[in-house]
Amino acid sequence: MNDQTLTPEERAANLKGMGSSRKRVEDVRFTQGKGNYVDDIKLDGMLFGDFVRSPYAHARVVSVNKEAALALPGVIAVLTAEDLSPLGLHWMPTLAGDKQMVLADGKVLFQGQEVAFVVAEDRYIAADAAELVEVEYEELPVLTDPFEALKSDVVLREDLEGQTEGAHGPRKHHNHIFTWEQGDKDATEAILAEADVVAEEMVYYHRTHPCPLETCGSVASMDKVTGKLTLYGTFQAPHAIRTVVSLISGIAEHNIRVISPDIGGGFGNKVGAYAGYVCSVVASIVTGKPVKWVEDRMENLMSTAFARDYWMQGKIAATKDGKITGLWCHTTADHGGFDACADPTKFPAGFMNICTGSYDIPTAYLAVDGVYTNKAPGGVAYRCSFRVTEAAYFIERMIEVLAIKLNMDAAELRRINFIKADQFPYQSALGWEYDSGDYHTAWDKALKAVDYEGLRAEQAQRVEEFKAGKTRKLLGIGLTHFTEIVGAGPVKNCDILGLGMFDSCEIRIHPTGSAIARLGTISQGQGHATTFAQIIASEIGLPADDITLEEGDTDTAPYGLGTYGSRSTPVAGAATAMAARKIRAKAQMIAAYLLEVHDDDVEWDVDRFAVKGAPERFKTMKEIAFAAYNQAIPGLEPGLEAVSYYDPPNMTYPFGAYICVMEIDVDTGEWDVRKFYALDDCGTRINPMIIDGQVHGGVTEALAIAMGQEIAYDEMGNVKTGTLMDFFLPTAWETPNYITDYTVTPSPHHPIGAKGVGESPNVGGVPCFSNAVHDAFRPFGLVQSHMPHDHWRIWKIANGLGMHG
Amino acid sequence: MSKMHVKLTVNGKEVEGLAEPRTLLIHFLREDLKITGPHIGCETSHCGACTVDIDGKSVKSCTTFVAQVNGADITTVEGLTNDDGSLGVLQEMFREHHGLQCGFCTPGMITRAHRLLQENPNPTEEEIRFGMAGNLCRCTGYQNIVKAISASADMLNAQKEAAE
Repeated sequence: MNDQTLTPEERAANLKGMGSSRKRVEDVRFTQGKGNYVDDIKLDGMLFGDFVRSPYAHARVVSVNKEAALALPGVIAVLTAEDLSPLGLHWMPTLAGDKQMVLADGKVLFQGQEVAFVVAEDRYIAADAAELVEVEYEELPVLTDPFEALKSDVVLREDLEGQTEGAHGPRKHHNHIFTWEQGDKDATEAILAEADVVAEEMVYYHRTHPCPLETCGSVASMDKVTGKLTLYGTFQAPHAIRTVVSLISGIAEHNIRVISPDIGGGFGNKVGAYAGYVCSVVASIVTGKPVKWVEDRMENLMSTAFARDYWMQGKIAATKDGKITGLWCHTTADHGGFDACADPTKFPAGFMNICTGSYDIPTAYLAVDGVYTNKAPGGVAYRCSFRVTEAAYFIERMIEVLAIKLNMDAAELRRINFIKADQFPYQSALGWEYDSGDYHTAWDKALKAVDYEGLRAEQAQRVEEFKAGKTRKLLGIGLTHFTEIVGAGPVKNCDILGLGMFDSCEIRIHPTGSAIARLGTISQGQGHATTFAQIIASEIGLPADDITLEEGDTDTAPYGLGTYGSRSTPVAGAATAMAARKIRAKAQMIAAYLLEVHDDDVEWDVDRFAVKGAPERFKTMKEIAFAAYNQAIPGLEPGLEAVSYYDPPNMTYPFGAYICVMEIDVDTGEWDVRKFYALDDCGTRINPMIIDGQVHGGVTEALAIAMGQEIAYDEMGNVKTGTLMDFFLPTAWETPNYITDYTVTPSPHHPIGAKGVGESPNVGGVPCFSNAVHDAFRPFGLVQSHMPHDHWRIWKIANGLGMHG
Repeated sequence: MSKMHVKLTVNGKEVEGLAEPRTLLIHFLREDLKITGPHIGCETSHCGACTVDIDGKSVKSCTTFVAQVNGADITTVEGLTNDDGSLGVLQEMFREHHGLQCGFCTPGMITRAHRLLQENPNPTEEEIRFGMAGNLCRCTGYQNIVKAISASADMLNAQKEAAE
């Protein structure tokens, strides 16, 4: 292939850069079973740790007797809070400014809480020994309802007794964590008092769990000779973990190497720091041997970070012709026994204040009260940016409730309230500046694609047939227009544990014109090794196939805050483009020198710099790379590499229009998704194949959440959904096919205009499925019913509406 | 605990070792034989990440004792790569159709799909979805997995036809 005979378009296509559905480079390993996940790591002499966990949701720990366990051959150690306390490691800081017990310190606050850590020669012996640890408990009254907890005399967190000031302001009660207020309370209440119409509803978003297929785990290896700790683990933020480990253990940060190997899905579950990580480190220090800890599925569902559990009381005000004038929301947030939410420090309820959604709502007020209960800690963003899915679910339900009150079509109500394209950048009543959007175009495209009017006619006919006794199946049309806020975030207002939420990329071009790039993020299936190479390919004109991507090793990768909240493309993707542009700027000077012209007399052309007006005189990036290493160029250092730490000026605001058509059997409560249309606008599209894959997966997780998945407790605080028998993960059989579509509204402040897409489908999907269920029953009088909409709950809706005769 | 002698054929090779009666097949494969393709996702037979092929049947190795399968012929995803080291048809089609993301379910998926296509060389979409319902994926929403298996069936049938 001769470079000179190819058109610029052909040369661009050969790069497999941005816009190409490039096949994933990761897959060659994964399809052959050659991934390297944490449980695949085996080190010489490695021991295995397992937890003794509390069977009670609230109890005093009277005593722990290790004798029988220690007597079992193969058992090396049994650690309790007493053993960790001299090191100051029996408690650890949470990401939310609270602290959390690593091992039960006098009491337990949720079922499954870690009480003791058994270290043995293999995992079978460790499990046996965990059974032999005798723990005497004294049961305490259990609080599983956050509203009750705020009234109860029972003190859950005795360690905080008398502490009236929390990490986020005053505490109103001994089981209260924080109040977070945004917007204008008085103005909103005045609007509610005067409005033509006010719709009010409690919208509950139930507790669920990200449940990645790989559970959490770690392997700690303390080398006593070098004093260096290597910690492998399921970390969505390896650099932050290194800093946290250093701060809490006192080991100097340069002596800690954190490695996130391949990660079998994260979805927010692997953002937090868990007792298992800390115990594996301590056990390795104590025993001088590598120690592995990998939780089982039941431990994962019971003890590592849950998601949601928000009780959102809403009021929405409108004129009689449907123009929304105000929005009010009070949320009671059940955080469990410790506040271990993974949110930027200044946002104890995450970005819940995106709850005005896609609508031009002039006045709004939001208050969130965090509450302790006897449930597992967490509150992570399960495939969403911090609390954005709660916000989207809230506003998209409130719109439907208002539509019922106004007796209006919910699609039309949305349309007349959308922020208009010419209003961007748009300042929301709750404090955000939306970067770009064109909601009307997306909405019209979506309604047309599904023949919305035809569907409504079919639905009306179905209602008639149902009333005439000709069918027992209803038709629901679920609508959602969501706006996300992702890409946390600007250092001026976003940090986690004081670490600014910038991200980073370092690129080194090798002499022969291939490259390696390292980032501060870590892929958990998103395909970073594929897509970030595409950004570089487009920016510097080297083929993506010649660019290696590495992430997850803190000894080699530049510091970054990791992958969650759809921040990789908006933040690290921007850093990648900026680092590439630094390289291109140097390459321009090298090219000009080689071509013996002034720097300004060359121009970039896909994969080369050419002399302006003389395109036949050029130097390709490959040639420039070689020159960077073999020529003494006056005024330039040898080599060709760059690093960028990117502090985003703003978040990005991806959006989308989703429509679901669902058939519901009123006698069995069974549902069937007949059609699901997902239009996403994530700005510039880097790899359409991967975007579609993200949408398929995210909508499927939304299907699970909306239609059956929950972490449920009984009144004793027992987890009722601790295995995959009870915790709903859809199979290929229940999961529908999805129709994907898109519009492109680039982010004006992002170097390549990309906004992030991985979490949009979950944020948009949940209200869409839930609205479909509600919509099916709307003609029969249903206003609001809580998720998850499993068969039993749908049957109960029908029964409650008198549809069973 | 006393150990017993086990002998297996794994991916065409005869292997043997000592295992406790309670040792699960998945642990024997992963810990003793260092065959780490099959993964552990649930330990209750629900997720299928541990699926291997035993004497012509798809089996979840997380709930099978190695003692139960003494003498068996076992294939894991590692055994589905071509002899020259290139990707097998299913592996290639999963890559081609973006049938995987994090890769954790993939070894079980491909191993199950391998058996499904032996059982039914011309499956409909519905038959693929039913036949794969014992294997969970959290990333892909299955749409591209179904596509990959369907494309594999076509390719395998074409190869067979060409050989005849």
